[in-house]
Amino acid sequence: MNTEVKIAGVTFKNPVMTASGTFGSGMEYSDFVDLNRLGAVVTKGVANVPWEGNPTPRVAEVYGGMLNAIGLQNPGIDVFIERDLTFLEKYDTNVIVNVCGKTVEDYLEVVERLSDTSVSMLEINVSCPNVKEGAIAFGQKADSLYDITSQIKKKAKQPVIMKLSPNVTDITEMAKAAEAAGADALSMINTITGMKIDIHRRKFVLANKTGGMSGPAVKPVAVRMVYQTAQAVKIPIIGMGGISSAEDAVEFLLAGASAVAVGAMNFVNPYTTVEVVEGIEAYMKQYGIENVTELIGGVV
Amino acid sequence: MAQKKKVTATVISQKQIGEQIYDLWLETKLVKNAHPGQFVAVYPRGESMLLPRPISICETDKAKDRLRLVYRVAGKGTAEFSTCKAGDRLDILGVLGNGFPVDKAKGKRVFLMGGGIGIPPMLELAKAMDEKKQILLGYRNKDLFLEEDLAQYGDVYVATEDGSVGTKGNVMDIIKAYALHADVIMACGPMPMLRAIKTYAAQSGVEAYISLEERMACGVGACLGCVCRTTKVDAHSHVHNARICTEGPVFEAGEVAD
Repeated sequence: MNTEVKIAGVTFKNPVMTASGTFGSGMEYSDFVDLNRLGAVVTKGVANVPWEGNPTPRVAEVYGGMLNAIGLQNPGIDVFIERDLTFLEKYDTNVIVNVCGKTVEDYLEVVERLSDTSVSMLEINVSCPNVKEGAIAFGQKADSLYDITSQIKKKAKQPVIMKLSPNVTDITEMAKAAEAAGADALSMINTITGMKIDIHRRKFVLANKTGGMSGPAVKPVAVRMVYQTAQAVKIPIIGMGGISSAEDAVEFLLAGASAVAVGAMNFVNPYTTVEVVEGIEAYMKQYGIENVTELIGGVV
Repeated sequence: MAQKKKVTATVISQKQIGEQIYDLWLETKLVKNAHPGQFVAVYPRGESMLLPRPISICETDKAKDRLRLVYRVAGKGTAEFSTCKAGDRLDILGVLGNGFPVDKAKGKRVFLMGGGIGIPPMLELAKAMDEKKQILLGYRNKDLFLEEDLAQYGDVYVATEDGSVGTKGNVMDIIKAYALHADVIMACGPMPMLRAIKTYAAQSGVEAYISLEERMACGVGACLGCVCRTTKVDAHSHVHNARICTEGPVFEAGEVAD
């Protein structure tokens, strides 16, 4: 049985990754799971300088999911390289760094700082709904997405994944713009903008008023978007949104994703990632599938 | 670090001990590593509710692998817990957080101050300290809980907001009413109470350790949901935020910015 997948020339021992922002930089979950078992660890967003993030409350539970408005708090690229990357380098897994910024120059600075490191791929966060400057501003208009993607591609030494927002009229238009600008892969979906109101206090539950929704309740939306995008572009897709089991992961692969990422469910069951890895192997065995790549886009 | 686990615990007993306050004993091996002021996160069983609810450790019986949680029903998740009966199973994640620095009280006069649902962690803390303790408890009204348990380990003073029992007012009013003194304070309760303690501690040159709460998702330091503002740049985050679930929930009062 072969669970290996290749994305933009990078080999992954299996198609299971972590979704940015839900796994810290791996350290926090290394108590629970063996990081060597994962196809990749995708880190929390990293900017050129430390970011304070949003005021609290930053998280709220909703039916079958959660809202978050962390606001990309991060310690900045210097600390990331010294501390977090050094930690991750001890493991036999790919490291994908999620890169965020307020301006194109911010993104380029992080991309350049990572060029001579062991990092396997860069995931460009142009879709965080919780920060006012940068991020989503680049990810909701096809021409701005094209522009930032091509600028990053000029500087990046590693393959570039553009992380797409579902908060657009037609996600395939965004996907095509990123592909045309030279993106090596796409990851999708980022969270869906939502809101929760405390009716007893007549106040927003989140200090930021709105937050990004994730968790099992968003999965059908994510599967649909992955399927539509896989029909529209040729570059590989890393699928995510509410994956809680191997069955969910296989659904994304069949819809056209080349790999998958476990997000909010890490918070619910810290063992989810490895359970998905083992569950995919069990599924392959059950159906006599030799190569996991046979599943990619396998829906008929 | 390595003692953090998600496990299934068995309910030994549960009873209601106050208005919306429940007293739950669980059997779990997690208790072996538990320290006063730490917490566990309890998972609702309904699949629509995903996130575990952080609840402070009230008491442990390590010889019998038993863990006592005293919590207030605050929403659907805790309402579900309140229906649990002996023999039921609950998934819990633990043990989490840093806990109170018990050693800082060695040989000193201590205030243990609990307000409302901040009272439960004072019990395990009181049990862990050999020093003479002055235990100051604040309640809304005469619907008291845990005051008899705590009286076994120190001198208990009660305040109620409506004045129906003890000193009228809050825990700070007890200090004035009885002219009490301490060298170290350990406290858990609502934010206004903790702010008052922080101010009092700074003015009177007393060391104070306060246990905070915030809406939490992962409980293990990954999501950065439950931060508090800090006066200095935090060693982990490199900004003025510390993770309540990991660097806390107990902080030296001067470290907390607001």
